[in-house]
Amino acid sequence: MAQNSKTVRLAADIGGTFTDIVLEARDRLFTAKVPTDVVNPERGILNGVEVVLRNSALKPEDVGVFIHGTTLATNALIERKGVKTALITTAGFRDSLEIAYESRYDQFDLMIERPQQLIPRNLRYTVKERMNVNGEALVSLDEDTVTALIKPIRDEQVGAVAVGLLHSYANPDHENRIREILLEHGCEAEISLSSEVCPEVREFERLMTTACNAYVQPIMATYLRDLKQAFVEKGFACPIFLMTSGGGMTILQNAVQFPIRLVESGPSGGAVLAAKIARDLGEDKVLSFDMGGTTAKISLIRDFSPQTARNFEIARSARFQKGSGMPVRIPVIEMIEIGAGGGSIAQVDGVGRLQIGPESAGADPGAACYGKGGYRATVTDANVLMGRIDPDAFAEGKMKLDTRASEIAINNDVSKPLGTTDAQSAFGITEMVEENMANAARIHSVEHGVNLSDFTMIAFGGGGPLHAVRLAEKLGMNRVIIPANSSVGSAMGFLHAPVSYEVVQSMYTTLSGFDFKKVNATVNAISAEAHSIVEQGAKDAERLEIRTAYMRYTGQGHEIQVPLPLRNLSVEDIDQIKSTYDECYGQLYGRTIPERDIEILSWSVVVSSKVDQSNATSDTVVTNLEKPKNNRQVFIPSEQAYQDTQTLWRPSLAASELITGPTLVEEPQTTTFITGNFAGKLDRQKNLILDHKTS
Amino acid sequence: MTDRILSVIELQILWNRLIAIVEEQAQTLMRTAFNPIVRESGDLSAGLFDIKGRMIAQAVTGTPGHVNTMANSVRYFLEKYPLEDMHPEDIYLTNDPWKAAGHLNDFMLVRPCFHEGELIGFTSCTSHLADLGGLGFGPDGSDVLDEGLFVPIFKLVDAGKLDETFISILKANSRVPIEVEGDTYALISCVECGSRRTSECMASIGITNLSQIADYIIDTSRERTKGLINKLPRGEYKYSMTVDGYDDPLELCATMIIDEGEIIVDFAGSSGRSEKGINCPLNYASAYVCFGLKCAIAPDIPNNEGALEPLKITAPENSITNAQFPAPVAMRHVVGQLLPDVVFGCLHQASPGLVPAEGTCCLWDLPLRGGYSGNKTGEATRFATELVHNGGTGARPGKDGLSATAFPSGVMGSLVEITESVSPLIIWRREYRCDSGGAGKFRGGLGQVLEVSCIENAPISLFAALDRIHHPPRGREGGKNGERGVIKLSNGNEFRPKGEQVIPAGERLIVLTPGGAGYGNPQDRDPEMIKSDIDFGLISPERANADYGFSK
Repeated sequence: MAQNSKTVRLAADIGGTFTDIVLEARDRLFTAKVPTDVVNPERGILNGVEVVLRNSALKPEDVGVFIHGTTLATNALIERKGVKTALITTAGFRDSLEIAYESRYDQFDLMIERPQQLIPRNLRYTVKERMNVNGEALVSLDEDTVTALIKPIRDEQVGAVAVGLLHSYANPDHENRIREILLEHGCEAEISLSSEVCPEVREFERLMTTACNAYVQPIMATYLRDLKQAFVEKGFACPIFLMTSGGGMTILQNAVQFPIRLVESGPSGGAVLAAKIARDLGEDKVLSFDMGGTTAKISLIRDFSPQTARNFEIARSARFQKGSGMPVRIPVIEMIEIGAGGGSIAQVDGVGRLQIGPESAGADPGAACYGKGGYRATVTDANVLMGRIDPDAFAEGKMKLDTRASEIAINNDVSKPLGTTDAQSAFGITEMVEENMANAARIHSVEHGVNLSDFTMIAFGGGGPLHAVRLAEKLGMNRVIIPANSSVGSAMGFLHAPVSYEVVQSMYTTLSGFDFKKVNATVNAISAEAHSIVEQGAKDAERLEIRTAYMRYTGQGHEIQVPLPLRNLSVEDIDQIKSTYDECYGQLYGRTIPERDIEILSWSVVVSSKVDQSNATSDTVVTNLEKPKNNRQVFIPSEQAYQDTQTLWRPSLAASELITGPTLVEEPQTTTFITGNFAGKLDRQKNLILDHKTS
Repeated sequence: MTDRILSVIELQILWNRLIAIVEEQAQTLMRTAFNPIVRESGDLSAGLFDIKGRMIAQAVTGTPGHVNTMANSVRYFLEKYPLEDMHPEDIYLTNDPWKAAGHLNDFMLVRPCFHEGELIGFTSCTSHLADLGGLGFGPDGSDVLDEGLFVPIFKLVDAGKLDETFISILKANSRVPIEVEGDTYALISCVECGSRRTSECMASIGITNLSQIADYIIDTSRERTKGLINKLPRGEYKYSMTVDGYDDPLELCATMIIDEGEIIVDFAGSSGRSEKGINCPLNYASAYVCFGLKCAIAPDIPNNEGALEPLKITAPENSITNAQFPAPVAMRHVVGQLLPDVVFGCLHQASPGLVPAEGTCCLWDLPLRGGYSGNKTGEATRFATELVHNGGTGARPGKDGLSATAFPSGVMGSLVEITESVSPLIIWRREYRCDSGGAGKFRGGLGQVLEVSCIENAPISLFAALDRIHHPPRGREGGKNGERGVIKLSNGNEFRPKGEQVIPAGERLIVLTPGGAGYGNPQDRDPEMIKSDIDFGLISPERANADYGFSK
């Protein structure tokens, strides 16, 4: 695929409520937001695509590439609506998936529930076999124990089988043989092998990743094939790519096989967009802040690349608490997710403390001011009451908000129990939700050994611009950027993602006893695998490769990522690897342990196509809504009072027009609230750039 | 200087921020500590104190054993160092088990916190250091001085200058000198971070002292805790529990008095101090008692002086829960972790339906060593590792117990593939232990079965400090007992709950962790739940018949 500015690119992001479509044709950009079709999501996409094609006067055959991200897999896991799935594992380890970490996610709650099992115990089967840590068979596979499972799997009408044996990352032979036997006996269920889905040490996470993959695989395979069919029928001839959680895109066949890699593709698109803007503006230290209706997501972007990780916890069930979901090991853009959004509910707890979220009124019934039956006070209600949201211009004016309903809800839920005025309560709600996000951001920065005061914030999502400036103040950050088209940020991000694929493989060695032959063979093999997938998607593009080792001091709990040179390793490389390790370790933890040996658990190769950075997408879509400059009463925190405050209409702002806080900058899908400490202007790309007045 | 009066909203935002500051302190410590138990399991605590030494915020991350050992400790430092002599860059340290956190391995640091040149409070943190010499970390010392280096309260950092002599003594007294030095530095950066953040936060709000917010936090929390206590029926409730002990069984007897706005728990009648290191200083025993009370009565109230004030814990001097210097205390958690169950026993009489049946309580951790000369192996790989596992928790009113889950501790279990990558051990089995959960209307959580052997065919040593082997968790309201724990060889020989024991070459170690006890009469259990337990293989059809009179 030639990714140059002449290619017409189409992107679609299916979210829980809306499907966002973006079409980029030369330097013009067309967007559409249509309701998600829950039953036939591909129909929703096609409806939106029709809109952007019409507006751009293009035909299906003009589209050069289609990039797609979806929450479908995530939702199936959260709602436990996957297929009936069985597990085949090593005898003696039937419960590894359920025993998990043996810990409780809430220290003081005596009544906690374990997350509901994807694969109940009666569908967890075992076979006689055992590999050791080096991949040598201590007990060879007893094939009779495999054939004995054919009948129960058929009788139970299982739709997917996850196969996860101990140490299979070191030697997949037994898992491969199990698949062969199942297929030989006509097993119709889809089969996921842990040695393919996640060839990494740590049986619980590997099995969980494999189980999640198997659980959604038949659904995703059907959906993706239907989507392709529907596109072909409409006359599209372009290749279809799927956005992954790691911030790259992959080919359809690969997505069909490993749908677990598609979770969180929407948020990762947002981070890719932030990284793109960071590069355009030369911002090398960025905090990306995406706030929607239910949650806010924060990630770090350094040197124009989002921070990545290999762990992600899907479907946290109990108030977003860490440990209440299912941990999977896939390449992801690292994000912290906070139960803080426009719909987050405010209440006063038993101790008399104001608490915001994580419970959310969501889109339905939504905030009290929506007038759709919601009666509890939310963050959106607080923003309405303080004059930050124009009740007549919400969601492009399509929805009139009921200010009186906000007032009643806040009065009942907050003002009465605390004995405060409604304005103070509303202020308290926004302050507290911003505190919660600031606290989470501070902890995240501690974990990565960075100082946020020299970072720039890039904020988007429906709620991001409303809270960004105050959040930046709390974090001591001096610059805030609100990009153009921030409300379709994820789909915009898809347009800038490379074709990319990461393969991780566990193979144990130590620095002092480095097994060069085995390491080189392992790394070369996964490199070839990653290249072959990227090549299928980006034949003529230049490819970039990054190799990483996951290393730690012997006996420590968690590994850190250490970059490796792009060549076969030899004795001469060891000193260099050691000093890079020391540097990375020192950055994270302050100091090193010189005398301690270092062990390497896993190896990773990321291959990606080089993205053409030269495109210019400066024009925002023309909106039909026009609003003149005006003033209205807005509650100003520094004064603790309502003040006559200017409101500006972003689409009619001239570039370089100076904007001084306190001010509201409104646009069709969101509003930016600028406190008195910040001022700024639109740049040529229509990004709103705000700086602290003293900086 | 007097500050303006803060509004309720401002006070609440400030409270929220202070809790976030101590949480950041805890995370800093977790990220920078060397000891895996601190990094993986959060065996630490971090707190913020006002100028009177009252704790106003404590990090949620941490272990129950530190819940209120920390709350009282800063006062000891204030007794030794007068406020007027404090310098903004001083840091004080102790590991005195009776003043810090119950055993020598827990170092506690306190740093004065200055804002605009004035002393406004203190930050403090505690974490577990891997080795301080002596006999090493185990129950076999006869007094506390056998257990390692004892450090009374002293000035570790004097006006910004680190006491290098102390660091050299510390390193010379540890088997892992680099790690303990690193952990000490981690503690230093933890208290420094807390002091800096507190001052920044005060500046952003525009206050010069913490007295308003301290009073607000402490008064609000105290009043709320008292209000919750007053919902319980007043009276005196007694409960006792017999547990394994070191050589002889121990009695843990508690009398709980629920009175107007307060709960008093006294341990009169409990066994005297043990000869070996499983004794609890009173501060440590109190921590676990308060933890149990908080879980049952006031789980949502943040930890601080006010929340703990209505809870009063006493015990006769030199009993197992109030051992005096120089009693050995290294493994005090083995007894401490059982205390929430004693508290629950009392609370259940006051208010049935509030607390679970008895559970495993203590961690089933298995420190294993091999290849040492004592094992006479010669060529075997030298290794020392610790498998951490758990039994079942007690059934809860309205819910079954949790299988193979840590309570009250928050430690994480070991993964088989990781254990096998760092030692010559092979784990042959790790799965639920069928029929181990006590029968009841609600069933106790299941224990688990582990089978371990050495791939090198060499002997290995187990350093046991386990309980619930001779005395299983007991049921409530007609619920049956959970199964006792068993630790034995594949040849059938059973091990003692405590002390070093050898697994000969060629034998497997078989570990059956205890099951939690049941709650309510088994006859009242929903037949669908019994059927599902049978289908899932959690109970056998035979036991379903024997315990529940159930047949398909």
